[in-house]
Amino acid sequence: MSRRARVFLAVASLLVGVSVLLPLWRIDLIAPQYPEGLGLLISSHKIDGLKEGDLGSINNLNHYIGMAVIEPDEIPELRFMRPVFIVLAVGGLGIAALGRRLPAMLWMGAFAVVMLGGLADMYRWGYDYGHNLDPHAIIQVPGMSYQPPLIGSKQLLNFRATSWPASGGWLLALAGGLATAAIFFPGRTRQGSGAPAGHAVHVPPAAA
Amino acid sequence: MASSLIRRRLLPAAAAVVLAGVAYSCAGGKAGSGLTASDAATRVYVAPGSYDEMYAFMSGGFNGQVGVYGLPSGRRFKTIPVFSQYPENGYGYSEETKPMLNTSYGFVPWDDAHHPALSQTKGEDDGRWLFINGNNTPRVARIDLTRMETDEILEIPNAAGNHGSPFITENSEYVVASTRFSVPVPNRDVPIADYKKDFNGQVSFVVANDPGKMRIAFQLVMPGYDYDLAHAGKGPSHGWMFLTSYNTEQANSLLEVNASQNDKDFVAAINWKNLEACVKAGKARQVPATYYHNTVDSATRIAHSTVENTVTQLTPKDCPNSTYFLPTPKSPHGVNVDPTGEYIAAGGKLAALIPVHSFSKMIKAIEAKDFDGERDGIPVLKYESTLVGEVKSGGLGPLHTEFDDKGFAYTSFFISSEIVKWKVSSLEVVDRVPAYYSIGHLLVPGGGTSKPTGRYVIALNKITKDRYLGTGPELTQSAQLYDITGPKMKLLLDFPTEGEPHYAQAILASKIKDRQVKYFKLADNKHPNVSRSENETGVTRQGKVVHLRLTAIRSHFAPDNIEGIMLGDTVMFHVTNLEQDWDIPHGLGIMGNNNAELLIMPGETRTLRWVPQRVGIYPFYCTDFCSALHQEMQGYLRVSPPGSNVPLKGTLSKLAKTADNAAKK
Repeated sequence: MSRRARVFLAVASLLVGVSVLLPLWRIDLIAPQYPEGLGLLISSHKIDGLKEGDLGSINNLNHYIGMAVIEPDEIPELRFMRPVFIVLAVGGLGIAALGRRLPAMLWMGAFAVVMLGGLADMYRWGYDYGHNLDPHAIIQVPGMSYQPPLIGSKQLLNFRATSWPASGGWLLALAGGLATAAIFFPGRTRQGSGAPAGHAVHVPPAAA
Repeated sequence: MASSLIRRRLLPAAAAVVLAGVAYSCAGGKAGSGLTASDAATRVYVAPGSYDEMYAFMSGGFNGQVGVYGLPSGRRFKTIPVFSQYPENGYGYSEETKPMLNTSYGFVPWDDAHHPALSQTKGEDDGRWLFINGNNTPRVARIDLTRMETDEILEIPNAAGNHGSPFITENSEYVVASTRFSVPVPNRDVPIADYKKDFNGQVSFVVANDPGKMRIAFQLVMPGYDYDLAHAGKGPSHGWMFLTSYNTEQANSLLEVNASQNDKDFVAAINWKNLEACVKAGKARQVPATYYHNTVDSATRIAHSTVENTVTQLTPKDCPNSTYFLPTPKSPHGVNVDPTGEYIAAGGKLAALIPVHSFSKMIKAIEAKDFDGERDGIPVLKYESTLVGEVKSGGLGPLHTEFDDKGFAYTSFFISSEIVKWKVSSLEVVDRVPAYYSIGHLLVPGGGTSKPTGRYVIALNKITKDRYLGTGPELTQSAQLYDITGPKMKLLLDFPTEGEPHYAQAILASKIKDRQVKYFKLADNKHPNVSRSENETGVTRQGKVVHLRLTAIRSHFAPDNIEGIMLGDTVMFHVTNLEQDWDIPHGLGIMGNNNAELLIMPGETRTLRWVPQRVGIYPFYCTDFCSALHQEMQGYLRVSPPGSNVPLKGTLSKLAKTADNAAKK
């Protein structure tokens, strides 16, 4: 691997490492009664309210539509995602130090699997919360489900739900871009540092 | 003279009533300024969703509370219960708040609240606390401004009518509490005719900057006059407290005549730093006295009463160089120190002139011993030796003066019903506007501090008459907001006020609004009967007392069906609001409760006592419209005959379990 590719891979690995300290995804909920908004921050190992008390308030409001309680302790992914990220980060650093292309490509594959798997999993949980509703729910709107979008904004009864990557999610996107550049645009010898971030922002978040 | 003044000032005022809203300035005579109704409306208009520029805290007078208003809109936001029970939210009825109203006279659930005082740092309003006096049963309360709740009430012993209170020093070292009525000190059975021999006044200095630990640092026993209002020195005069006295005649009957004989009464100048030194030097005495100190524990939010047994007392004779009298015409009410700390304006409520004393002249006169005799060992300074001059006001009955940031003073005139603006440096009158009607105190936001805002003056009027739609014989009280940014005062707004605001304080909203508590953290709730989740609720019997530990969350109580209560039981509802969300209080109302209802703030536990009177089924329900299913937020209590074998239990339908799990989070 070229020096640049190794640096890119090392930085990508560090970003993956840092992302375990940051929220990956953010869901904002705005309603007429909630001009100040409610929100959730999804990290690799926990789900927090945007403000203290938000998770409880969201759960309490959700009981009206019969949505299951969001219980971070009962979501197994939150127990193993973080170790997976750390393994990826440490492994990536090791491969960057080693400087061989094949392990780097394997790492890239693993990274892609984890990212896409994570997004798919988040979608699955969102689908599950949004569709598996208590048949005794207080408010029942025929045909209505309450799955928040993965990315974007959607009106769910009185709430507008907006879902978007948070800081950790953007770092992962950047890591994906850097790793892609390291493998597919490794450079040769002493090229300037260029603008790797320029590549990264063009990578669709879904592909990150 | 008075009648000609009234004619001169009030008749144009009456005309203005007719023309109100059209062109105030045309009717206001000398106040003419070309301000149209729409100009005025624009100045006080706060667009929907926008915020007022200032908070105003107005005493409720005979309602014993504090009203919170916005300026310049005059919109009322809240009543803060202080000295009076407030069935709307259970203050003074709930077990947690009842101790707040304990006094050495027992439970006194009302008072007459006159003078709010914002806490200060370096002579500026700092927005931490608001203090207010209970005039009737002598008390001083401290209100926390992050919650706008009364946190502490200290009774003042040896006082009778805590009127001259709680005026605050520039770093909130003390609030003063002086007695209106002189009484025997200590109070005892004596002939009233022995007033001159046996009756005394007192001035207490209450430590104000130690929340939860308000205490009387010392009590100065004064001659048996009536003490009225006070104001602390500031800047160069920091360390002094000035207070007015009347009835220096020492009459004990028909005071309206007998206490109005002397041409001059006194402003007392008290050097409290010297008093501190005298106390430290052991010149004061510990005197037995019984008085209550009520405080709220921040972890449990339960009020507790402590009975104090002694007070530190001294007389001016014990501490020479601490107390002086400044002769002042006539039966003065207000005494006010200008922002520089140099000028002291007094308002002789039967006078036409406003005497202005100089602090530096007073110090020189004291040093030169320029005395005109003494009263009870207190040197009386010569009137001329402290006087800068007299404002030839042209009005009658000056009561109270506040200051702006441009060197002007604004004095209220009760009898001639007007505000007179005068220049402090020259004592010349520069403007006057009528007040509708009979203004008492006035308020310039920050006008009692070193940093007045100079935007508005607010008249707190005693008489309303024809200013609003009639409401039977009892009319609303009224405030009036005037613009003072220009050379002429301009009336912008009349707004009704609740109770009878005697005095008010106002502060820039920016000093308070971002520190408002939105809810109490459930995790920090250390109430002994808290239920932090529905799993922690329960019903227990202790002899004839049944404790119900309930939770409230949108939109149900848990448990909501309670059986096994027997006639003769006392039922204690301990309700915890599980919400951790802004603006979601829940209420509790029980059919036929002889007590009150409750409002329970999010994360808070409150206890309401209920003694059922008859056998049968009693509904209880949430009284604060909390959610779309508020109307479903109800429960049933079953009250059985004494000795029946209905087991005590509280139940909740299983379908509520989802919500319970939600509540846990």
